[in-house]
Amino acid sequence: MSVSTPRGAPFASGPADGGLDPAARSGYADHPPRVGFFTDTSVCIGCKACEVACKEWNAVPEDGLELTGMSYDNTVGLGASTWRHVAFIEQPVTVVDAPSAPSRAEGVRWLMASDVCKHCTESACLDVCPTGALFRTEFGTVVVQDDVCNGCGYCVGACPFGVIARREEDGQAHKCTLCYDRLGAGMEPACAKACPTESIQFGPLDELRERAALRVADLRAAGQDQAQLYLNDPDDGIGGGGAFFLLLDEPEVYGLPPDPVVTTRDLPSIWKHVGLAAAGLVTAGIALGLGRRPR
Amino acid sequence: MAEAHPVGFQWVMEAKKRGAKVIHVDPRFTRTSALADLHVPIRAGADIAFVGGLINYVLTTGKFFREYVINYTNAATVLTGDFADTEDLDGVFSGLDREYRLYDMETWRYQGEEVRPAVGQRSPEETRARPTREQLRQIRAAGRGERHGSGGAACHPSPDTDETLQNPCCVFQVLKRHYARYTPEMVAEVTGIPEATFQKVCELLTENSGRDRTTAFVYSVGWTHHTIGAQNIRSASILQALLGNIGRPGGGVMALRGHASIQGSTDIPTLFDLLPGYLPMPHVYGNEDLSAYVAAETVQNGFWANTSDYMVSLLKAYWGDAATKDNDFCYGYLPRLTGSHSTFDTVLAQLDGVCTGYLLLGQNPAVGSANARMQRLGLANLDWLVVRDFSLTESATWWRNGPEIETGEMRTEDLKTEVFFLPAAAQTEKDGSFTNTQRLLQWHHTAVEPAGDARSDLWFTYHLGLRIRQKLAAAATEETAERDRPVLDLTWDYPVNGRLEEPDAQAVLAEINGWNSKGEPLSSYTQLKDDGSTTCGCWIYCGVYAGGVNQAARRVPGGQQNWIANEWGWAWPANRRVLYNRASADPDGRPWSERKALVWWDAENNRWTGHDVPDFIADRPPDYTPPDGATGVAAITGTDPFIMQNDGKAWLFAPAGMVDGPLPTHYEPQESPFANLLYGQQHNPVRQMISRPQSLYEPSGNEPGSGVFPYVATTIRLTEHHTAGGMSRFLPYLAELQPAFFCEVSPELAAERGLEHAGWATIVTARSAIEARVMVTERIRPLRVAGRVVHQVGLPWHWGLNGLTTGDAANELTHLSLDPNVHIQEDKAFACDIRPGRRPRGPALRDLVRDYQQRAGITPQTGTQP
Repeated sequence: MSVSTPRGAPFASGPADGGLDPAARSGYADHPPRVGFFTDTSVCIGCKACEVACKEWNAVPEDGLELTGMSYDNTVGLGASTWRHVAFIEQPVTVVDAPSAPSRAEGVRWLMASDVCKHCTESACLDVCPTGALFRTEFGTVVVQDDVCNGCGYCVGACPFGVIARREEDGQAHKCTLCYDRLGAGMEPACAKACPTESIQFGPLDELRERAALRVADLRAAGQDQAQLYLNDPDDGIGGGGAFFLLLDEPEVYGLPPDPVVTTRDLPSIWKHVGLAAAGLVTAGIALGLGRRPR
Repeated sequence: MAEAHPVGFQWVMEAKKRGAKVIHVDPRFTRTSALADLHVPIRAGADIAFVGGLINYVLTTGKFFREYVINYTNAATVLTGDFADTEDLDGVFSGLDREYRLYDMETWRYQGEEVRPAVGQRSPEETRARPTREQLRQIRAAGRGERHGSGGAACHPSPDTDETLQNPCCVFQVLKRHYARYTPEMVAEVTGIPEATFQKVCELLTENSGRDRTTAFVYSVGWTHHTIGAQNIRSASILQALLGNIGRPGGGVMALRGHASIQGSTDIPTLFDLLPGYLPMPHVYGNEDLSAYVAAETVQNGFWANTSDYMVSLLKAYWGDAATKDNDFCYGYLPRLTGSHSTFDTVLAQLDGVCTGYLLLGQNPAVGSANARMQRLGLANLDWLVVRDFSLTESATWWRNGPEIETGEMRTEDLKTEVFFLPAAAQTEKDGSFTNTQRLLQWHHTAVEPAGDARSDLWFTYHLGLRIRQKLAAAATEETAERDRPVLDLTWDYPVNGRLEEPDAQAVLAEINGWNSKGEPLSSYTQLKDDGSTTCGCWIYCGVYAGGVNQAARRVPGGQQNWIANEWGWAWPANRRVLYNRASADPDGRPWSERKALVWWDAENNRWTGHDVPDFIADRPPDYTPPDGATGVAAITGTDPFIMQNDGKAWLFAPAGMVDGPLPTHYEPQESPFANLLYGQQHNPVRQMISRPQSLYEPSGNEPGSGVFPYVATTIRLTEHHTAGGMSRFLPYLAELQPAFFCEVSPELAAERGLEHAGWATIVTARSAIEARVMVTERIRPLRVAGRVVHQVGLPWHWGLNGLTTGDAANELTHLSLDPNVHIQEDKAFACDIRPGRRPRGPALRDLVRDYQQRAGITPQTGTQP
C-alpha cells in the first residue's frame, strides 16, 4: 500500500468522521483501527521507566545533565531528544488532623504524569510540513521521517503543545513515533511495555476512551473531584488526541495548555479573508484605474 | 517501595485497585507516599517506639487475635522468675555484662528447663562447659544472629504454660508490661507522629486483621540500617503475630532487599558468619569438631533438629569424595570464627596491616560502605586490591582521584597498593539465578556474550580456583601439602562451555540442589542424611533442581495458574510461597475464613492441601500429639505452625537468637539530638562499636556538644539510581534523570540555615563534610519531638566522584556503630549540621571537620558508653 499522504489539510474542512479516523482522511483505504495512549496519571509512580525505555528503543540521545530544581523533573519537557517526559508537581494540601506539626497543619500531594506527543487528530505539525517528512500512518499516528526532514522548523512553531523540536546534532525535527516500528511487528510501544503500573495504556483508541471514562467516573465517585480527562474529546481544539490523559488537576498545573487548538485551524478562514481583501483591493484598483482616464 | 522497587510496586497498585489501603511510614513523603492512602511522618530511628505503640494499643484494647495467639505463639509460656525486664532495670534486661558488652541469656529462659540440658541422649561429659566471659564476648561478637539458636542453650521445647495468660511471668503479661509505657502520647513525643495520625494507623491496622482480613508489613533498609535494626524487624513480627497475620495470605512481614539478589547472598551467603541455608559458621569455642558443632547448634525439636543432615550434605558438596565419616566429612577444613569478621572488621585489619589483600566483586565500599573515608584509608594500606565491576568505580580509582588526594592526606606516588581492575559481565551476559525478596529463585539466561575481557563472577572464581589449585599442587612440599588440603580436596570440576570456557551455571545449581549416592537429583530437604550418602550445597534450596529440571527457570504465565502461581520460578523451601502457612488454618485444620483460605487439612486423604504448598509435615493431622520423649520433627504437634522453632510457636518473647534483648526496646540511635524519653538507657547497650581516630562519634541527647549537630540525617534512595551508583551514574539515560547529588530539606530548615533551593549546602558530621545541591521541599516536614521542633535532612547515597553524574558520597558522613546481631551499619539515623555554600577544598576540608569536633568536645570516648 502506498504511504503517500495527500497534503491538503490546511485547506480541508473539519472532520466528518468524528475525529476518529484520520488515517482514512489521509488516504488509507484499508487500515487497522486507530491506536494511541491513555495515560492514567493517577497511578503513575514517577519511576521514569517510560523515559528510559523510549530512549533505549529509539536510540534517542541523552539531552541534559543539569539539575533543574523542579522537584524530581530534570527532563523539563518534550523535545527532539525527549519523547516521554514525567512531570512532578508538589502541591500543599490542608490535612485536617495534624495538631502536633510545628507551624501549620498541612500535607503534600505529589502529582506525577508522563507526557508524550498527542498525535493529534487535527495535527498542526503535519499540516505545515513542506516536505512531507511528517506523515499520518495507517495507525492514525503522526510520524516524522528523519531522512526527508529538511530542518525548516515550521512544525516547531505549529505544535500547540511544544512537542516537536529540532535536534542540535543533526538539525532535524524529531518526536515520538508511537513506536511505529514496534506497531508494525504487532508489539506495543516501549513506554507502555515498560510502565510497571499500567499508567501508560496502549490500544485501540475507542477502547481506551471507554476505559478512561469508567476510570474517571470511579475516581470522582471516590472523592477525587478534580479528576478529569484531557484531550479525549473529539470536539476539542485538536479533534481529540491519539494520546490522551487522566489528570488529577487542571491541565495548567501539569504545564499543559488548557484549551489547545490546532494552530492551522484558522488558516482556511485566513485565506478566505485574504482572498476577499485581495479581491477588494483588485476591485478598488480597477475602479480607481477606470476612473483615471487620460484627458 | 515505589522508589526502590518500582516493578514490585505494581502489585501494591493491584491491591489498591481491589480496595487495599496503603500506609506509608517514612521521614519523607516519597513517590510511595504519593500513591499511599496515608503517609505517617516519623523521626528516623524511632520505629520501635512507633511499633511498640501499636503493640501496646493491640494489647490494651484486646484487639489481638486471641485464638491464634494462644495456639500459635509463645504467649502462654512462662518464664523463669529470674527474668528482669527493661521496666525493672530502666531500659536494659537481666544478664547485662556492661564491661564485656554482652548479655548472658540464662535468665531469659522458659520455666521448666533444666540448667544446661544436653541435647538428645548425650552423656554428661559431652555437655559443653560454660564459656568464660572472654569466650562469650567472642561468641557474641560473631553475632550469627540469623541462625536459629544462641551459643549453647537450646530453649526447652515443652515449657510450663498458662493458657489463661494471667500468670505474671507468662510471656503475654511480660509483653504487656514491657510495652505499657508506649502510649499514644509517648509515641507522639518520641517519634513526632501526630497523635491523630497514629490513632488512624491503629484503627486501620486492627480493623484489617483477624479471621477475614489480613495486613502485611513491608520494610527495607530504613528499618535494618540501625543499631537496633534486627529488633525493628522483631517488633513487626511480634505485632503481626499478635494480630494473627503471620503465615496467612496478604499478611506477613516482608523484607524488600537492597538489590536483585541479595536474598541469594544471604541464602548462599557472602556473609562471614553463615554457611549456606543459615547454618552457623563454626566458632572456635564450642564447635571444635563435627559432633560438638552438631551438639551445640542443633535445636531439639523442629526442623533444625536435622542440622547434622544439612551440615554433612553441605560438606559433601564442598569436598565430595574426600569427605568421609572418618575425617568428620572434612569439617576441620572449615574456618572458625573468633569474633566479628564483618566487612568493617576487615577494614580495621587493613588499617592495622593485618589484611593485605582484598577482592571487591561488584562492591564499591569507597562510596557504599559506612565511613567511606575509612574504607579508602584501609584500601591504601593493602598490598594488592582486585576490583571487578562494569565501570571504574571509586573503589578502583581512589588512589588517583579519591577525596584524600584532594585533601592531600594521600599522594598517589606514595601509595603502595597494587590495584587490578577486571571488567565484569552483566546479568544479561551470563546464566544464573536471582533470589528475590520473596525467596523466589528466577533463572536468567545469557542474551549476549560479554565483550572483550569482561567475564562473569562464576568464570572468575572458577578459573581462579583452577589456577590456584594448579600452583598449590605444583609447589607442594611435605609441610604445605597438609596445609593446602582444604583447597586441593575441594570438588572443583564444573563443565565449561564455549569459547570463553564459561562454567555451566546449571551444574552449580544442580550441586546446590544436591543428589543421592546414585547421583540422582534430590527433590526435598527431608531426603538429606548425615551418613555421607547425600550431597547438597544449600538445604533450603533442595528441590530447585528436582527431577533434573531447572525449577527456577519455569515461566508458566500467571493467567494459566491459580493466584499463588507456584509454577513461576521456585521459592525456598520446597516451593512454599507463604512461610508458616499452617497458621492460615485454625487448630482443627480449617481455614480461619473462606476468604483467607490458603492451606487446610484434607481428612479424607490424610494430607494437608490447599492453594500453596503446605509448610508442614504433609501427613501430620491437626490433632497429632507426639509420644513422650519424641524429638526432632516427630515432636512437632499438629498445631505447631512454626516448624523451625524448638517449641513450634511464634516467639513474642525471644529467649534466644537475639544478642541485644528478648523484646524490642526503644533506644536512641548512636547519634541523636534527643535523650531517650523512655528509659535512662540511651543507646543499645550491646551495639557493636568501632571507634577509631578516623571514626569518632558525636555526643547525643543532653550531653554537652550535642547541639553542634542538631539535625537528624538519613540516607535515602532514588528510583533513578542504584545503590553505590556503579550501575547508574555511568549510564547517560539514568544519569540525566537525576544529574546531581542533592539534599532534601524543609522550607523551615532552609530558612533557619539560609539554604537556597537549587543552591549549595555543606553537611557536616564528626567524620567528614560533603556538599550537595539543595532541594527545598514540603515533603520532608519538621516534626515535634520531646516538646521541640526537629529537622531532618535526606541524603541520597548514590553519588561518588566518577561517572557522568558526580558528587560527594553520603557515606563520608556515616559512623561505625553497628547492629550487634548482623553487623549492619547505622546510616538511617545520625546527626549532622548543615550550612549554606560549597564545602572547603583541599586540607581546609579536614580543618572544618576538626573545628566541628572541637566545638562539640569530641574525644575518642564520646558516645562509647554502653
